[in-house]
Amino acid sequence: MQIKTTSGIEIKEVYTEPKNLSELPGEFPYTRGIQKDMYRGKMWTMRQYAGFSTAEESNRRYHYLLSQGTTGLSVAFDLPTQIGYDSDDPMSEGEVGKVGVAIDSLQDMELLFDGIDLQKVSTSMTINSTAAILLAMYIAVAKKQGADIKLISGTIQNDILKEYAARGTYIYPPKPSMRLITDIFEYCSKEVPKWNTISISGYHIREAGSTAVQELAFTLANGKAYLKAAIEKGLDINVFAKRLSFFFNCHNNFFEEIAKFRAARRMWANITKELGATDPSAQKLRFHTQTGGSTLTAQQPLNNIIRVTNQALAAVLGGTQSLHTNGYDEALSLPTEAAARIALRTQQIIAFESGAADTVDPLAGSYFVEALTDEVEAAAWQYIEKIDAMGGAVNAIELGYIQEEIAAASYDYQKEVESEERKIVGLNSYGDKEEINPETFRVNDSIRKMQMEKIASLKSSRNNVYLREALNDLERTAKAGENVMPAVLNCVESYATVGEISNLLRKVFGEYSTV
Amino acid sequence: MDTSFNRPIRVLIAKAGLDGHDRGAKVIATSLRDAGMEVIYTGLRQTPEMIVNTALQEDVDAIGISILSGAHMTVFPKIMQLIKEKQMDDVLVTGGGIIPASDMSALNELGVGKLFAPGTNTKDIATYITGWVQQNRNF
Repeated sequence: MQIKTTSGIEIKEVYTEPKNLSELPGEFPYTRGIQKDMYRGKMWTMRQYAGFSTAEESNRRYHYLLSQGTTGLSVAFDLPTQIGYDSDDPMSEGEVGKVGVAIDSLQDMELLFDGIDLQKVSTSMTINSTAAILLAMYIAVAKKQGADIKLISGTIQNDILKEYAARGTYIYPPKPSMRLITDIFEYCSKEVPKWNTISISGYHIREAGSTAVQELAFTLANGKAYLKAAIEKGLDINVFAKRLSFFFNCHNNFFEEIAKFRAARRMWANITKELGATDPSAQKLRFHTQTGGSTLTAQQPLNNIIRVTNQALAAVLGGTQSLHTNGYDEALSLPTEAAARIALRTQQIIAFESGAADTVDPLAGSYFVEALTDEVEAAAWQYIEKIDAMGGAVNAIELGYIQEEIAAASYDYQKEVESEERKIVGLNSYGDKEEINPETFRVNDSIRKMQMEKIASLKSSRNNVYLREALNDLERTAKAGENVMPAVLNCVESYATVGEISNLLRKVFGEYSTV
Repeated sequence: MDTSFNRPIRVLIAKAGLDGHDRGAKVIATSLRDAGMEVIYTGLRQTPEMIVNTALQEDVDAIGISILSGAHMTVFPKIMQLIKEKQMDDVLVTGGGIIPASDMSALNELGVGKLFAPGTNTKDIATYITGWVQQNRNF
């Protein structure tokens, strides 16, 4: 009988070849982990992605999550904020506060982090084409709190390439987008040195339907494109590469996922070294993991708790630095509070009861896991070589190659599920006659009106002279090719809105369109 | 392909609103093509006006809306209103995504056709569209 992983790697009945392992955790190429002691030294960060409706509502959820033992915040923004539209923009109708919190100006950001000490908590923000603006707002709030911005820590996603390839929240064409990203690298290395300036994301590539190998390959290829863009700008890889982080998905095939994480570290160490990184911190692949949203079923939703547990355990055995576990009801809506709580408890049970965190890289030396790590790596290099031959990830995306590969893989997967070649419990097999429809989470539609009122009152009370000066200065720096970050910070501190800043940059940079 | 049709069924698959999750839309588009239909896929960020105009220009039999961002209670009613204004009542409006069951029934009452949840077999969608078109469209 032939058994294959989701990436098409054939699995043998039994593995018998021992691997000669001389490599230790914390040593190049870091297959076994980026630290010598891993979770003995520091438990992974339990970072639950959350955010919805208004800044006030989300702030309450953050205080709740922190009180329940979550150790890092992760902010979800609504789509208008992510795509640079204010809540009162016609494009925002129906979307305000839906998949995340609505942020229109610094005022909202102040409310979002009210009572949360930004020098103490680390915050991850899922924000890409408007990352410069939201990061500037975060810095502005921290400054207002009296924090030393040299000490604040967190992550912005800031990974535009996967937006074109898989996630869709792009605004500007690739070239100016890459420039904004490298502006952020440069600015943060001087002003906010503890900030992770990018989270190079395979998560959404996988959710869009890629295989595990494709997720790994396309993510590292994107990573390589960012390295090259920053080097071209004249930045020192040993400085900026320390602040790059990664974000991977974790799906159901337990061992393939573990192999993927181990291969990822080894590959990134080689990629950075080849491009001149000599400092170990610049070669280490640090990553956040989220369990696979698309693996959740709307049918028999409680089964998802088990899926999430398996996936979370694989991420831990793969050496993740931080982890988000999904709520069991997320094929139906944003998670209810009950579902979000069980998701966090799942991590705590793995951390404190399972023993999985007691020793470093516990699966090292397993005939199977080592062989699979090598095979996943080899298959991913093949893709990267192909992408390199196209001139790198930016070109491969512009040619549509990556998008087509993902679409083909997702269609193959769908056919396997529909032909029942691939069993999904509760979906195409073991169905229940009676479906339980759990309570779902709802975001009120009146939020847009509330945000519109806030914008109107802001616009009548802010100092328009400062504002105009700040916007003019941003326009000048954007056109001149200077680093835009100081000007963006100045704009947000003058209470320019996300939409005003984005529209100005749309004028300078143009807009990306696939049609 | 059903022999009672003298031409392929034409379907517009559209991503409405700002939602960028297009995996489902692309899978449905491909599977309907495999089922013999002519499928036009709009790409991302379509407003209701853009969708209805494309549907009119392309003379489609059915419109399939994919939406996972929660904007369905805004997008579908607008599309239904535009469809009525343009006297396109003989075009099927269907769709799918992350839509709670109670919203699905509310939208059905507005005249929206069947709405499909995650995990639906694509063949069921093709069968539904074919059946609807057979009953409601002149060929």
